[in-house]
Order: sequence, then structure tokens, then C-alpha cells
Amino acid sequence: MLSVRNLTKTYRTAGEEIAVLRGVDLDIAAGERVALTGESGSGKSTLLHLVAGLDAADGGEIRLDGAAISALSDAGRAALRRDRLGLVFQQFNLIPSLSVEDNLAFQARIAGKHDAAWHGELVERLGLGALLKRYPEQLSGGQQQRLAIGRALAAKPMLLLADEPTGNLDEDTADGVLALACDLVARTGCGFLMVTHSARLAGTLDRQVTLHAGRLT
Amino acid sequence: MSRAVWILAVLLSHWRRHPMQLATLLIGLISATALWSGVQALNQQARASYDRAAAIFGGTRTPMLVAQSGATFPQALFVKLRRAGWPVSPVLEGRVQVGGHSYRLLGIEPVTLPAEVGDAPTIGRASLQAFMTPPGRTLVAPETLGELQLAEGAAPLASNGTSLPPLAAQAELVPDVLVVDIGIAQKLLNKPDQISRLLVGKSRGLQETLESVAGDTLRLVEADAETDLDRLTDSFHLNLTAFGLLSFFVGLFIVNSAIGLAYEQRLPMLRTLRACGVSARLMNGVLVFELVSLALVAGVIGLACGYFIAAQLLPDVAASLRGLYGAPIPGELSLKPEWWIAGLAISVAGALIAAATSLAKAIRLPVLAVAQPQAWRRAQRRWLLLQSGASLVTFAVAAWLLWAGQSLIAGFGVLAALLFGAALILPALLEILLSLGERAARSALANWFWADSRQQLSGLSLALMALLLALSVNVGVATMVETFSRTFLSWLDGRLAADVYLSAIDDAQADAIKTWLRGRREVTAVLAGGRAEAQVDGGPVEVLGLPDDATYRDHWPLLQSDSGGWQGLQRGESCFISEQLSRRMHLSPGDRIALSTPGGDWPLQVAGIYADYGNPKSQLAVNAAALFQHFPGTPQTRLALRVEPGKIPALVTALSEQFGLDGRNLLDQAALKAESTRIFNRTFAVTAALNAFTLAVAGVALLTSLLTLANSRLPQLAPLWAIGITRRQLAAVELTKTLSVALITALLALPLGLLVAWCLIAIVNVKAFGWRLPFHVFPLQLVKLLGVAVAASLLASLLPVARLARMQPADLVKVFADER
Repeated sequence: MLSVRNLTKTYRTAGEEIAVLRGVDLDIAAGERVALTGESGSGKSTLLHLVAGLDAADGGEIRLDGAAISALSDAGRAALRRDRLGLVFQQFNLIPSLSVEDNLAFQARIAGKHDAAWHGELVERLGLGALLKRYPEQLSGGQQQRLAIGRALAAKPMLLLADEPTGNLDEDTADGVLALACDLVARTGCGFLMVTHSARLAGTLDRQVTLHAGRLT
Repeated sequence: MSRAVWILAVLLSHWRRHPMQLATLLIGLISATALWSGVQALNQQARASYDRAAAIFGGTRTPMLVAQSGATFPQALFVKLRRAGWPVSPVLEGRVQVGGHSYRLLGIEPVTLPAEVGDAPTIGRASLQAFMTPPGRTLVAPETLGELQLAEGAAPLASNGTSLPPLAAQAELVPDVLVVDIGIAQKLLNKPDQISRLLVGKSRGLQETLESVAGDTLRLVEADAETDLDRLTDSFHLNLTAFGLLSFFVGLFIVNSAIGLAYEQRLPMLRTLRACGVSARLMNGVLVFELVSLALVAGVIGLACGYFIAAQLLPDVAASLRGLYGAPIPGELSLKPEWWIAGLAISVAGALIAAATSLAKAIRLPVLAVAQPQAWRRAQRRWLLLQSGASLVTFAVAAWLLWAGQSLIAGFGVLAALLFGAALILPALLEILLSLGERAARSALANWFWADSRQQLSGLSLALMALLLALSVNVGVATMVETFSRTFLSWLDGRLAADVYLSAIDDAQADAIKTWLRGRREVTAVLAGGRAEAQVDGGPVEVLGLPDDATYRDHWPLLQSDSGGWQGLQRGESCFISEQLSRRMHLSPGDRIALSTPGGDWPLQVAGIYADYGNPKSQLAVNAAALFQHFPGTPQTRLALRVEPGKIPALVTALSEQFGLDGRNLLDQAALKAESTRIFNRTFAVTAALNAFTLAVAGVALLTSLLTLANSRLPQLAPLWAIGITRRQLAAVELTKTLSVALITALLALPLGLLVAWCLIAIVNVKAFGWRLPFHVFPLQLVKLLGVAVAASLLASLLPVARLARMQPADLVKVFADER
């Protein structure tokens, strides 16, 4: 489903070039859950951003379900994120002006994929039933991240990308959130790529890949 | 000391990283200072001129003796009064023509001038010897020397061929005035042994009563603390001040939003400084020092801009004051040091006012702040409730002022309270409208559109309040000016119904002209009128004599009248009164008044009220023949002519050649209307310019708010982009959002503007001038202003929206980085 070949990315700062990715190859099958680990600054988030079409690679190729992401225009990449990807960030990045209910349905609605039954199931499984009229600022960290995962999965994406989704949570809450995410991923059958520093959490997924010196091991 | 410098360097580093914020802050302060000090410069210049005029011998600040009737009286009375112990000094006044210009000629007697006549002794004693001994001196203002294009020492010729004494400049004098020894003035004006008035000094010792010395020939006019010009031009200056104040506050809105954001962003830095051991007192001291320094820099630039604005507007202001009130204002700015000091002070005070809440927050800053997310919704609700409460209080103040206030200041108070209250309640109204939109939204993006607009409200509200104020004042003033313009033009048609107006030098010339006109077949009617000064109920009035002719009966601008009013006038039993007199004395048609005349009281019934726009004096109109009968000394020199169409220019030329009449005493109707319209347009040119400035400042306020908001909104927009909304779509949504709230604000500004217009027409104008205009609404003008508002908002939104549309993905991705 996801195929990354010989991906390279270099950051250029004043008088200095930092090659973050030096030929990354990665495959993720439908329903597969992969943990991406590595030291700080190793390029994990960069790889995730390239796969999500948030940034452009210098070389190599990324294909999602056969379609080359790198060949897409800005609008094409936006459509890809909207219709086929789900993104979860460490900072939650919820929309503060919308209620929990509207946040949850937001991406599915703009993708034209709103499914009331699936929405109801998400509300129930995420434990948000009593919180629907609240606003993000009125939720705890764990509740906010559950909501973010729900928003990402509401449009039933092909691939869920998560960048340190539990980085802001305590261990118990992190375990609960990840278990819930894995459960919902299994329910939708989408692929799951999660960036994490935690070897313990990485160990709970199907496979673990480590980014080191710009390459995956 | 070095610690304070280090702290200042740390604080200033914020501006280095956020140059746009610094620019916004400075632009706000510069705009506020420039417009305020510009208006103050104009007011100061005009008031200084009034003082100079008042200091001229016989201004209203000096008590004086004048003739009970007639313009002059015999000089022998001066001698009699001096001998009787009266400290009086004679003045003769008239007009002379020099170099094509008409000047007010004042003849004085410097030896007897009272010491307390303003600057008069200085002028008189400056060159007493040269002034009094032949050939004497003609004292003039430096501006008059320039106008005559002559140097000091030159002896110009008057139009009657007489040579004036050599010119000498006196800075204290006003333009358009020539001061000579009274003996020379009597020769120049051909009024031997005549004087116009006697200035009265402070009483020394015993003196006989006025009646015992001069009988009933003279009357005493007491000194007035305020000059006539001060009083008459009050409304004009109040109008300018109101605009200056409005622009100042609009400018402060910009400063407040810039400072608010900067302080919000610097709170972590301030906490760190406190944690590193910087005392609260030192930190707060440096914060205030930083703010005052920035305000001083902005103040200097603002003053320079203010000087430029004032210099640009001064010619129009001078023309307006000269046209409306006859106030002589020099065309060049000369400012006192107080103006510069006040300008800097207002900049510093403005910065401190605008930063008050931010400074208070910084002063109360705890070293260890609990990391709690800002509950914007709760905070916003509290803020909206507080503001709405304050708004209701302000509206109550407006209602109280409307009910209880009698003065012009109270009229402007109503306007200010109304505008301030409306600005305060605007965010609450917008919140209601946006939440209605949110409820009605069907799609997710539309839902976010409305919800996000609500969230942005607190950041944009000050700019929107500025836009509301600027727009509503624009609507109000534009409606008032348009109403005034239309009413004024139709009123001019009524008042200037005859074709040619002339004023003869004396009765003999008037008779000669009448005889000559009888031979002109194109002249269909010669209408002789006149004017006299009298009193009604102790107050001065101008009495206008109207000839009994269809020209007046068909066109006179009556607002109310009895049936048969003109017949009553013809019989000398009735009068028409001006609206000003009607309001001042609460008179209506049917009421009776007693007009004091040299022959005793003249009982008259009020038969009608007429519009008399632009006249600062109370006036009443009676039949011309009755006027001459009751005021026997009234010159019958004013003639109005009806002339066959197309033959007016030839007649005017012929009259001019035959009787030596010039533009001052011979005018055709078209020229008079053109001159009146020109004065009218110049008067409102100043208002239009200030209106445009205020709107421009509001536009800048919106732009700066949007620019500062744009940076802080990135974390809210980036997730939407990540979810799959393109940058272009986001930019379009942002643009639509800004335009929507601006449009709602503009739509709310229209009824508010009409209310402002009503206040100006029904309250301020009535209190300032004593007359009221009919209230009209001009829909096309409103649509035009709405267009201007949307265009201004579009212009203000373009830069931040274009920046968003062109933003690199790398900048948006930064939002998701953990290190953020």
C-alpha cells in the first residue's frame, strides 16, 4: 500500500547542509502497524511529513496505493491528505473554535465521507459521548488525543500517520490511547505508521523500523 | 544601571525579531499624534489670530463708548469726557482701498490709549515720536506688507489718490488692518472731527456720569472676556477638535492591539527575567522607559506629520473662517513651543493609556506561572459581558446629556457617548450575528468559518471598532454636508432672488443710481432695502428692510408663516424673524415683540420664521418703507435689481463704469451664489480631508490587526492545511472571513452614521448656529461609503492573505514540530 524508495532530503541552513534522509526504503501493507523510532534529529518527523505530502523530498519516490505522491501538485497533495490519510500530532492540533463533536466530524465532512454510524461508533469507542458539546480547551490531554485520533480516522483513511501521539501523555494514558488507536486501525483495516521514542510502545506494534544516519534499519 | 541597560537590550530584542509589530506600534502612535497635533496647530493658529484681532484698539475686550445712533459722533465729546475725568481714548474706523485690496483703517490717539488695551500700548509706544509727527507711520501686520508687495518705509496710495504715511510692520497686528494717527485717518476717510468710539480705561478718581456729560448721545458697551470671534467660531473649532480626538483614539486602537500582542508574546521572556533575579520594580521601570522612549520617537515624527497636515489644511481653514466669520487668519503656520511639548506629551500619554492593561498584567506577573491553556471562550464571554455593560452605561450617559444638556459641549457629548457606546457594543453584536451564522451553517467548512470568526473577534474587535467609528462619522458627516449643501443651495435661490445687488457709497449716490436706472429699459424693478441695528428684549438684532415686491414674496425662504404675513409686513405691523432669533427667544408666529427704535418701541407681531443659514447674528425682516420710517438715519444705499435675462453682464459693466462701483459693492446674483458656494465648499473641504484621514487610519488599524493576527493564527490554520485544505483555499476563506466581519461592521455603521447625522443636524447645529436643517437620507451616498469600507477592508486583508497563500509548506510544517 505505501511504498517509499530511495528517499532523500537535505536541509540547507546558512553555510551548512544536513542530509537527514539518505535513501530511505519502506513498505507498509494494508492493516500493518509500523513503529518508526530513532534518535532526536534523526529525521523521523521529516519522513512522516514527506509521506503525508506536507513537505517535498529532494529525491526518491513515495507511492500510496500505486499513486506517486511526489508527482502530485499542491492541490493534489491536499486532496490526498483529505481523502486518504489521517494525521495525528503530539500537540493534538485540534480546532479550538469547534466543539468536540464538530472537531471529530470535521475531516470526514470536508472529504465528503461523513458516515453517521461510524461517527457514532467512534464517539462511543473513544469515550467522548459526554463531551460532545465541550471545546478542546475543556478536555484533558488524553481526551484531546483521543479526539485527534478519532478525527483522523473518521474519514476511514488508507493510512494513519502519527507523530509522537503519546509524547504529551503519562504512561497509563499513553497505553490507553495507543491501544484504542490500534483497535480502531484494526477496525478500519488501514495502515499505521507511528513515530515514537518509546521502545516499549514501539514493541506493541507489528513491526519496528529505526532511522539511523539517514537510513532505515 | 548596567543591569537596567541589559534588561532593556533583552526587551528590545523582541522588536528586532518582530519588526512588523514595532512598525505597527509606531504607525499607531504617529497617526494618533499627527492628527491630534495637526488639528491643535490649526486651532492654535486661529485662536492666536482672534487674540490679535481682539487686541486691536476697540476689540470686544475693552469697554467702549459708542454712538446711540449713527456710525460716528463729534470729537468734541472726547474732549468733554476727558475734562470730566473719563479715561477715554478716541478711535476712528473706516475702510480704504490700497493696491486693489480693501483694508480696515484704524485711527488712534496713542497718548491717551488706556494701558490695559491688550497689546495696544506696545504698538502705540513702539515709535510714538515717528507715529505722531508728520508724515507719521502706517502700522501693518507683516502679512499685509507681503500682500501689498511693499517694503517698510514705502508710502502707498489709497484709491482716492491720498498718500498713506510710510508703512511700518508690527507683529502684534492682524492682517487686513492699517493703523494710523487719528488725525490722518480723519483726512483719509474724509470725516473731520468725527470718531467711531471711545475706548474706556480703568477709572481714576471721581468722574461725572456719562449722561451728565454726553446726554443720551453715547452708550457704554462693557468688555467681554471672550472675543466675538472666539464665540462665533467655537463650533468650528469644536468640530475640528472632535475630529482630532476621534483620529487620536482610532490611532490608539492600533497602538493597543500592537502592544497587547507584543506583551502577550513577551510574557515568557518576562517570567524568565524574573526567575533570573530581576526585581519586579526594575523590570517594570525598564518596561515603562522602553514605552516612553518609543512614544517620544513616534511623537517627534508625529509632530512633523502633524505640522505638514496643518500646513496643508490651513489655507482652507483660513478661507472658511474668513468666509464664514470674517476672521483674519494668516496663511502661514507659526507655532508656539507649547504645541511641540503638548504633542510629545500626548504621544507619551496615548502610549501609556493604550498600554495600561498590558503594563498592569506585566506588573502583576507571577514568577511561576501555572501552564494553563487559555480558556478563550470563557474569557471572551466575560469580556463581552463587561463591554456590553459599559456600553449600556455610556448610552445612558448619552440619553441623560440629550435630556439635560443645553450647551454645544453637551451636544458633542451626546455624539461622543453615542459613538463610544456603539463601539463598545459592537463585539457583542458581531458575536450574536456570527453565532447565528454558525447555527445555520450546513457544511463543515462553513461551520469552521463562523466558529473561527467568533474566535478571532477578540483580536479583531479593536480594529473593527475603529472601522465602525470612522465609517459612522463618515456617514454622519457626509449626510449632514449633503443635506446642508442641498438646503443651502435652495435657500440661496430664495435669498438671492434679485439679479443684481449693489451698495452705494451714500444716499446721494444711491439716488443718482436710481435716476440713472430709470433710463435702462432692461431693468424691470429697482428694490431699495436697508439694514439697521436694534434690540429686542435687550438682545442685539439686525433689522432687514424688505421692499414690498413679488421678488421677495415669491421666494423668501419662509419655514413657517401666518396667512397674510406679507400684508402685515406692508402695513408695518408684522415682521418675519430668523430661525436663530426664534430659537433664542422661543418665539413662534403669532407672538408679539417690541423692537427698540430711536423713536421708541415698535410693537410687531411675528408673522413668520425664515431660514438664515450661516448668519451668526439674530435677524428680523420688516417692510423696507417701515424700516426707514422707524430708523430715520438708516442709509438707503442697498439696491436689488430685477433685470431682463441675458442683459445682466452689460448692465453690471455699465454701472461699474458710470458710478465707479467695484466687486465689493456691485455683484450679480450668479457671482454671489458662486462666491457663497465656494466658501461653503472650502469649509467642508477641511471636514472631508479629516474624514478621509480618519478612514485611512481605521484602514491601517485593520491592516495592522490582521498582520499581527496572521502570525498568531498559524497554529490554527496549519492543522486545516494538514487535513487537506489548500493554502489558496485557506487564504480565500480568511479573506471572506475578514470581508464578512468588515461588511457586517459597515452595515451596522450605516444606521449609526444616520444617527450621528441626526445628532449633528438636530442637536449640534442647533446649539452651535441656532438653526436646524431638514433631515434627508441619501441612499446612493450610503452605498458608496459601504463600497469604500469594503474596499478598505479588502486592501487591508490583501497583504496578510497573500502571505498566507504564498506561505511555504516548511513554515506550516514547523507548527507540528515538537520543538515548537
